[in-house]
Amino acid sequence: MSPELSLLVAVLLPVAGAGAVLALGRWRNVREGATLLTGAVLFAVVWSLLEPVLAGARPRFDVVEVFPGVQLALEVEPLGLVFALVASFLWIVTSLYAIGYMRGHHEENQTRFYAFFAIAIAGAMGVAFSANLFTLFAFYEALTLCTFPLVTHHQTQEAKRAGRVYLGILLGTSVGLQLLAIVWTWQLAGTVEFEDGGILAGTASAGVLGTILVLYVFGVGKAAVMPFHRWLPAAMVAPTPVSALLHAVAVVKAGVFTVLKVAVYVFGLDLLSSLAASAWLSWVAAATIILGSLVAFTKDNLKARLAYSTISQLSYIVLGAMLANRWGVIGGGMHIVMHAFGKITLFFAAGAIMVAAHETDISRMKGLGRTMPVTFGAFFIGALSIIGLPPAGGSWSKWFLGLGTLEAGQVGLLAVLMLSSLLSLYYLLEVPVKAFFAAPPEDAHREPGIHEAPLPSLIAIMITAAATVGLFVWPDLAYELMIRVVPGGM
Amino acid sequence: MSEHLPVLLVAIPFIAAPLAALLNRPTLSWGVALAAALWALYASADLLAQVQGGQVLVYEMGGWAAPIGIEYRIDAVSAFVAFIVAGIGAVTTVYARQSVVREVEEDRLPLFYAAWILCMTGLLGISVTGDVFNVFVFLEISSLSAYALIAMGQDRRALVSAYQYLIMGSVGATFIVIGIGLMYAMTGTLNMADLAERLPPVMDQRTIPVAFAFLAVGFSLKLALFPLHLWLPNAYTFAPSAVTAFIASTATKVAVYMMLRFFFTVFGAAFAFDQMQVDLVFLPLALVAIFSMSLVAIFQSNVKRMLAFSSVAQIGYIILGVSMASVTGLTAAILHLFNHALMKGALFMALGAVFYRIGSVHVEAMRGLGRKMPWTMAAFVLAGFSLIGVPLTVGFISKWYLITGALERGWWPVAVLVLITSLIAVVYIWKVVEVAYFEEFPDDHPVAEAPLGLLLPLWFLVVANLYFGTNASFTTRIAGRAAELLLGVGQ
Repeated sequence: MSPELSLLVAVLLPVAGAGAVLALGRWRNVREGATLLTGAVLFAVVWSLLEPVLAGARPRFDVVEVFPGVQLALEVEPLGLVFALVASFLWIVTSLYAIGYMRGHHEENQTRFYAFFAIAIAGAMGVAFSANLFTLFAFYEALTLCTFPLVTHHQTQEAKRAGRVYLGILLGTSVGLQLLAIVWTWQLAGTVEFEDGGILAGTASAGVLGTILVLYVFGVGKAAVMPFHRWLPAAMVAPTPVSALLHAVAVVKAGVFTVLKVAVYVFGLDLLSSLAASAWLSWVAAATIILGSLVAFTKDNLKARLAYSTISQLSYIVLGAMLANRWGVIGGGMHIVMHAFGKITLFFAAGAIMVAAHETDISRMKGLGRTMPVTFGAFFIGALSIIGLPPAGGSWSKWFLGLGTLEAGQVGLLAVLMLSSLLSLYYLLEVPVKAFFAAPPEDAHREPGIHEAPLPSLIAIMITAAATVGLFVWPDLAYELMIRVVPGGM
Repeated sequence: MSEHLPVLLVAIPFIAAPLAALLNRPTLSWGVALAAALWALYASADLLAQVQGGQVLVYEMGGWAAPIGIEYRIDAVSAFVAFIVAGIGAVTTVYARQSVVREVEEDRLPLFYAAWILCMTGLLGISVTGDVFNVFVFLEISSLSAYALIAMGQDRRALVSAYQYLIMGSVGATFIVIGIGLMYAMTGTLNMADLAERLPPVMDQRTIPVAFAFLAVGFSLKLALFPLHLWLPNAYTFAPSAVTAFIASTATKVAVYMMLRFFFTVFGAAFAFDQMQVDLVFLPLALVAIFSMSLVAIFQSNVKRMLAFSSVAQIGYIILGVSMASVTGLTAAILHLFNHALMKGALFMALGAVFYRIGSVHVEAMRGLGRKMPWTMAAFVLAGFSLIGVPLTVGFISKWYLITGALERGWWPVAVLVLITSLIAVVYIWKVVEVAYFEEFPDDHPVAEAPLGLLLPLWFLVVANLYFGTNASFTTRIAGRAAELLLGVGQ
């Protein structure tokens, strides 16, 4: 299969998988088999793109000319491949996890759940492989709309309210700000294609271009830059596999990926670094980093705490983009990978605790470490990665981001990164420390012995935790891809 | 035969109308209506293919050359509008057979179909004629039959709303005929091309601006420009579902076409926009229409009425494009004629399917319908996405051109307003979505999915919404060509 065709297959395959899930809904083991098989084939297809991309090729597939000058087109470049590899690999693991979780939790409408999940992955693949702003926006909106039924899966009044916040903020920012920025770009540059070095340089005054940059950064609501972050905690009403893959990986990473892509291929780093708005926005990201961490402190509900931690961590990547230098972009791109593996481990653990011990609040997890040692062990590893400590992958991306701040001459931003790491050290490690070393609450009924989550979920947790450590030892692939995004001297 | 196509496009449906009444059997009359609609679709598609490169077809009625005789004049603009009317006409005629059985008394059905065909004939006639008085004649044919169609609605309020529409519509038509009369008095001709040549020498006289003003107000009434839209919400709400789907997608569109024809072809853009400065009136009215009517739509509990207010807002988008008086703006307006017909046609047809099964289109009555009528509600959601302007639907294409046009003129607050109002559309569409998917169906008497006779035409339009949103080269090219023709540039 040619690389061009692989691109199309990568987007269509999950849709076909969703069709298979719907058709096989009656036999649940076969249905889950279809999901896992689709995931495995998808990952193989995406992996097959690695060789041409590392060799410097940019395979492209034009689907249709939507209207004169604007194509619906797919193209793979290194940054998109990083995102696609992460999302497609973690989809397999999450499906495994979901089998244990959804059955253990006796969720209803599982067929619909798996079908929309697959379509959401198709949306993520489309975002990763979009060749221009139009295609990116189309898949970005598709991702919002097809995750709505997943967020509101329980169809309760609470889910309905959360769904309103979710849709309101994501559609509000994308239609109100991002679309305006895209059409404005089209009107100024006469094209919406992603190109090396950007398309906007020299088309308008610095004030106008700065305004467009602000529209993009806030318009990409999925990047959850404050004050447009409220949808992410609201989305936690969803079943945990959704929170794990979509709201720690696919959806939120689609957001920061868009910011990186706009920074590199629409503005270009040279133009970006010359705009006052980028410096200003890097401080907005810094504020989100600190405020997100501070709010995370106050949350006793584990998923809510993880959500605010995600908001904080996403702004690391936005910050990396706004630094407008090589190290910032490399660090941002690598943080997409490292944070994905670390945070999904944490969410898997949170869901496992919910299924096995029926606990959602951190204060009630005291002493639970003896009952669920594997889960809390994995949580510990995931937490290390988010904090940025060896031996977990997160230390690399934070290292490069730190280099980026120094390159930009912003020691203040470096201090922000350090401070946020210290904060996350406390609010994340509190969980395993209490679980292992504190005495259980008086009214908790704990049966003796080990009661872990169902086996498929447990295997999934172990895979992601192992991968988090593995990425510390072998970060090469992500690094090799990212240096191809911003070629240049060391 | 093909050289007579312009006249046959109108003449065959015109003959079919009395035939439908004479046959006096619901099914036979429907068959005649369908045959007439399919003929019109074929003929208009053929004409569109002939003129899409920018050619102009002239047909002299009875061989009498203009300005003595009446001439039909077909270019990209008129063929495109005729194609919209015939296309929507064919789809809604298929849909009407099962839908009207529930909503119109059986012994009136042959007359219903006669009026139905007449309405379509009038709209087709307006779009192809090159004679201003002929425009008025066809306008009366389409309007009178539309009043009759609306009055046939089940609810007794249909009579009152048809009457309301009759009064307002007649005022509009009278204004139009006064305008035409004044022009005739000054130039002695009724032919559009002839008028375009004879008007400039007398334009400095006061009569012509007065004629222009009468015409502008008359058209605004007919196309329901805020604040002359008061007839529209009731008419759309109480008309039979199939009639609403047809009229909402075509009648106001043809009225916009009339206005474009008069402003750009007869008077010329220079007179209309530089001398009369009609954009200074239209721009604020369009903005107020878009914003206020979108807000009003949120608070309607009758979904049909909600979509009727949304239609007034959408007409605001079209007029906004016109008031830009640029190629991009006019392209956006003409494109939206087509795109809005597709989305509103689909939405009203989905509501008709709901009415067919549960006998109501109130939000409250639609509780839990997502499970009971999955295909109907899925169609409603997809067409709703199109109305909102989600990418890869037709609504997005219109919005893209409209915003580009606004930014070209440097009107960025207008661009922002357009985007904000599409978010308001999210609110009122989502009101229905939440009720249909998050509430339980109230009692346990079984409700089945709508019959295929309703679902197939509905889904045909839904697929068209997606297709022309993904591959819009055809529509954008035609609309662009039409805009250039009207502005007289790029040839």
